[in-house]
Amino acid sequence: MLSGKRRLGRGIAVVGAGMSRFGAFKDKASRDLFVDAFVDMQKSVDKGLDITDIQSIFVGNFSSDLFEGQGHLAPMMAEWVGLNPCPATRVEDACASGGVALRQGVLAIASGLYDVVLVGGVEKMTNLPTERVTDALAAASDVLYEASAGFTFPGLYAAMATAYMDKYGLGTEPFMHVAIKNHKNGGLNPKAQFNTSLKDLLEARKVRARDRGQPVPEWKTEMDFLNDPAANPLVAWPMRLFDCSPITDGAACLLLVAEEIAGNFTDRPLRLIGSGQGSDSSLLTRPDITTIGSARVAARQAYEMAGVASSDIKIAEVHDCFTIAELIATEDLGFFAPGEGAKAALEGRTARDGERPINTSGGLKSKGHPVGASGVGQVVEIWHQMRGEAGDRQLRDRDINLALAHNVGGTGNTCVVHIFERR
Amino acid sequence: MAEAEFTAAAFNRFLKEGKLMAARCRGCDSLALPPRSLCPNCHGSDMEWTPLKGTGRLAAFSCIAVGSTRMVQEGYDRTNLYCSAVVDLDEGVRVSAQLLGVEANRPETIRVGTPLKADYLDQDEEGKEAALAFRPQG
Repeated sequence: MLSGKRRLGRGIAVVGAGMSRFGAFKDKASRDLFVDAFVDMQKSVDKGLDITDIQSIFVGNFSSDLFEGQGHLAPMMAEWVGLNPCPATRVEDACASGGVALRQGVLAIASGLYDVVLVGGVEKMTNLPTERVTDALAAASDVLYEASAGFTFPGLYAAMATAYMDKYGLGTEPFMHVAIKNHKNGGLNPKAQFNTSLKDLLEARKVRARDRGQPVPEWKTEMDFLNDPAANPLVAWPMRLFDCSPITDGAACLLLVAEEIAGNFTDRPLRLIGSGQGSDSSLLTRPDITTIGSARVAARQAYEMAGVASSDIKIAEVHDCFTIAELIATEDLGFFAPGEGAKAALEGRTARDGERPINTSGGLKSKGHPVGASGVGQVVEIWHQMRGEAGDRQLRDRDINLALAHNVGGTGNTCVVHIFERR
Repeated sequence: MAEAEFTAAAFNRFLKEGKLMAARCRGCDSLALPPRSLCPNCHGSDMEWTPLKGTGRLAAFSCIAVGSTRMVQEGYDRTNLYCSAVVDLDEGVRVSAQLLGVEANRPETIRVGTPLKADYLDQDEEGKEAALAFRPQG
């Protein structure tokens, strides 16, 4: 196994980033979403992008085969944005497909083979009814030994949650605080699937009930709303609807270049200074499921490569496919001690105005989780925040010179972590 | 006697006989569950099947309202939940299985740490694979 401090063969810079809107778009296939993301990325390149400069493309996608009946996606994405005949490679590591595609792009440039690489991620999920999406996502677990026990994907994260609650003597309140925070952040993100805070959502529902002459719910706070089983039904105890990321269509793109030519594209690049990736067994064979071992491995590699500590990181986009996952992520990344992630969420320490803002984009929870695109979409938020271009959700009270993206596949069978620096 | 291959198919055939079996490494004495032909501890390849007692404790669980297609076909839904569990077996390995004999519709009554014993479903039904389940002991 990789140990000790490793360096990339060349410096890597992000010089463009863009995404489609995330949501449910009946008429759009994955190629259409990908084009939206590509065009948005192209617009973000300060000095312009001549697409003939792109030498290779890596596309994160979990399962267009199951979701759309379409395989062999990468050359098609290349075709739709006009990049044939450059090499096009699909990368699949479940929900970490996007983050791992980014890492493949990084390694391809670091190897010296390419100077300019397009990294994309895309998933079109809403064609199927919910139960078939549930089955498709369960394919990212161990189908012989986990899915056979009736475990769905939310069910596996829910099992992590029951173990976490038991170990630290907690109820479900910390999970609800993560949902409230991430929806509040997503309310400031015009590309988010749920572009509304829970406060606004519950007020709107009250107005709607009143207009229709129906009984008006008595929710006063977000907690009242989340504790109402009619508004927030159980999916897999203890995970309720608002603990789960939605089913989403979306795509995201990044332009990666060798650092020495970054100035051809922008005077304000992000330097990618740390990359780490780990793997782990199926959930059921791990001795402790209140932490994700692959995340700890990936984080250690990335911190060592970057030469920074967890305390140096100003903001992070973490893989909150379920609210429990965000709590565990903030502990695995070293932001908080084991069991303290819940306390930090309750105290607002991960909110926009907290000591370590987590998921300013709204996270997968509110922004949406088109699984193969999510790891790339996280970096789009980091791009905007680090360059001061995040609009209404821009953090203005701190210098965001270091940021981290944490992308998990399956129940932690894969984790990939990247660290970005702005000088 | 030649060992059956260390596959899920063989594991499931043992379940049909009412046996919960793991692979044991003759080299380092580690147990592997799910069974496999390479030892996850010492990477040796000298494995043998060994029976487990089928007793353990509840390590983690979920009571599932939005089930997989297979469980929905078995009649579970948003008003009739089922419980899936990770079980710490007394021999020190884990397995996941459906948890029966608990109030799945009242998940707050289910406690991590509850002593459990194995049950084998559909053992007598011809042509259908047996399924592992657990129930609270006593």
